[in-house]
Amino acid sequence: MAGLNAMTLAAARDALRKGEVSSVELTQACLTAIDGAGALNAFVHHTPELAMDAAKSADQRLKAGDAPAMCGLPIGIKDLFCTKGVPSQAGSRILEGFLPPYESTVSQNLLDSGAVMLGKLNMDEFAMGSSNETSVYGNVVNPWRRGNDETPLTPGGSSGGSAAAVAADLCLAATGTDTGGSIRQPAAFTGTVGIKPTYGRCSRWGIVAFASSLDQAGPMTKTVRDAAIMLAAMCGHDPKDSTSADLPVPDFEAALTGDVRGKTIGIPKEYRMDGMPQEIEALWSDGIAMMKDAGAKIVDISLPHTKYALPAYYVIAPAEASSNLARYDGVRYGHRARLSQGDGITEMYEKTRAEGFGPEVRRRIMIGTYVLSAGFYDAYYNRARKVRTLIKKDFEDVFAQGVDAILTPATPSAAFGLGEMTDADPVAMYLNDVFTVTVNLAGLPGIAVPAGLDRQGLPLGLQLIGKPWEEADLLSTAYALEKAAGFVAKPSKWW
Amino acid sequence: MSIDETTAARVAKLARIKVAPDALSALADEFNTILGFIEQLSEVDVDGVEPMTSVTPQVLKRRADVVTEGHQQAAILANAPDAREGFFAVPKVVE
Repeated sequence: MAGLNAMTLAAARDALRKGEVSSVELTQACLTAIDGAGALNAFVHHTPELAMDAAKSADQRLKAGDAPAMCGLPIGIKDLFCTKGVPSQAGSRILEGFLPPYESTVSQNLLDSGAVMLGKLNMDEFAMGSSNETSVYGNVVNPWRRGNDETPLTPGGSSGGSAAAVAADLCLAATGTDTGGSIRQPAAFTGTVGIKPTYGRCSRWGIVAFASSLDQAGPMTKTVRDAAIMLAAMCGHDPKDSTSADLPVPDFEAALTGDVRGKTIGIPKEYRMDGMPQEIEALWSDGIAMMKDAGAKIVDISLPHTKYALPAYYVIAPAEASSNLARYDGVRYGHRARLSQGDGITEMYEKTRAEGFGPEVRRRIMIGTYVLSAGFYDAYYNRARKVRTLIKKDFEDVFAQGVDAILTPATPSAAFGLGEMTDADPVAMYLNDVFTVTVNLAGLPGIAVPAGLDRQGLPLGLQLIGKPWEEADLLSTAYALEKAAGFVAKPSKWW
Repeated sequence: MSIDETTAARVAKLARIKVAPDALSALADEFNTILGFIEQLSEVDVDGVEPMTSVTPQVLKRRADVVTEGHQQAAILANAPDAREGFFAVPKVVE
């Protein structure tokens, strides 16, 4: 029988409330699983003492009948979230030794709702990457393998530690963040569920910034129901983030009817890419059939500017990153390079940043610097922002035609081998986000749902895209897809 | 548009990231690959299109112009690589 650490949030919550299990027992089961999973390299900062203390107070609250939504549920937190007194490095050497004196709003919301933090999760450096190979902590290894083949696979990125930890049952759920697909792509690569909510649904305060107009936090979970439970606990208006929306948070879980009768699901023709693997194509067709069988109306739609989403993203995101990451100067926190005799402040900045940032982060900062520099600002940055307006309008047009949600593949392939893309040019890696990045540019909610296995036994995911602020409806549609797909496979334990 | 080593060096300087001279050629190549990809944007007709400033239409809230969490010198300096006498310390800026 699977251990307590394999439980879903919903099942554990119900068992806790019935007194069938204690938070201390659940937490202990997860800590034991984490201790045995060093080979995955998912947890990079361990906080077992904090976890056991939180579990004990959760048990007291449960006994007293004062149990908020996540009371006693052990989760992992992506290293991008600042957590008070606990290392928060964004997977980067430049934040080595940084101990935030404050707690991010999202992690605070989770703590307030009774969640137990087990530790911090590995990720691509500053969330820049699609394979978790840019982390200062080293690669995360996907718990899934190609059958008996022992080739280590990527869990995806940037929330690769979160995805691997949830898939391997090291925690019940985890936080992720998504700037171009960093929740949905790793979810698809690990057979887990990941939702990026509407831009503004979760506060960005205290989350290390990558590209502020695109970044959103979201839950990574074992089921759609768990995503609904955890998202509700994470989001809400925050005066400390001026872009956080002052809108009521619906009861996402209560809205999970799974009834899609009468709903219109759009299938965008531009997502049928040249050279798309046949298995992805087949998965997509299966997904369409499932939604149709469940009573949804399927319509073909066009999102004409899809092709330009990745190029626009690779102007806008690096531009914002170059500005956001200017703060890492070796003065106020983190790493400072050892200086030579006679070095002045400029040498300090240049050496610190060269040592502190890895190659992908340096590359993106410099691309961003270039597209914002005098003479290129209009040609690149302003043009990309205009294209972004058009991409958003593509979605507005189809929603205005009565489309309720859009169904697409989540990724162009299953998980690939670690190191397989090392010799490829950076653009080949960027193509991983081809189906997800449009959603960030348009500020929409998107969810990845595991929908099948490929011939080698690796999970594949489908993505549903919803209307702004209608996560409740999107989750309910995803719930219908999850039920129809009936995905129950788990990786066999080798670690 | 092609980036040469001089441009790569200038960008690295603007970004305050030290790049060794023998690494500039490879860096320029990477820039050119990425910029070649971005170049597709020039195909799009953007006449009369407003550049996006905010993805969700909203009026940013203002708060009262008051100190919210002052007097935290120790907490602010706690993470500094070099703090002395209540200040951040850096190498000499002027001779």
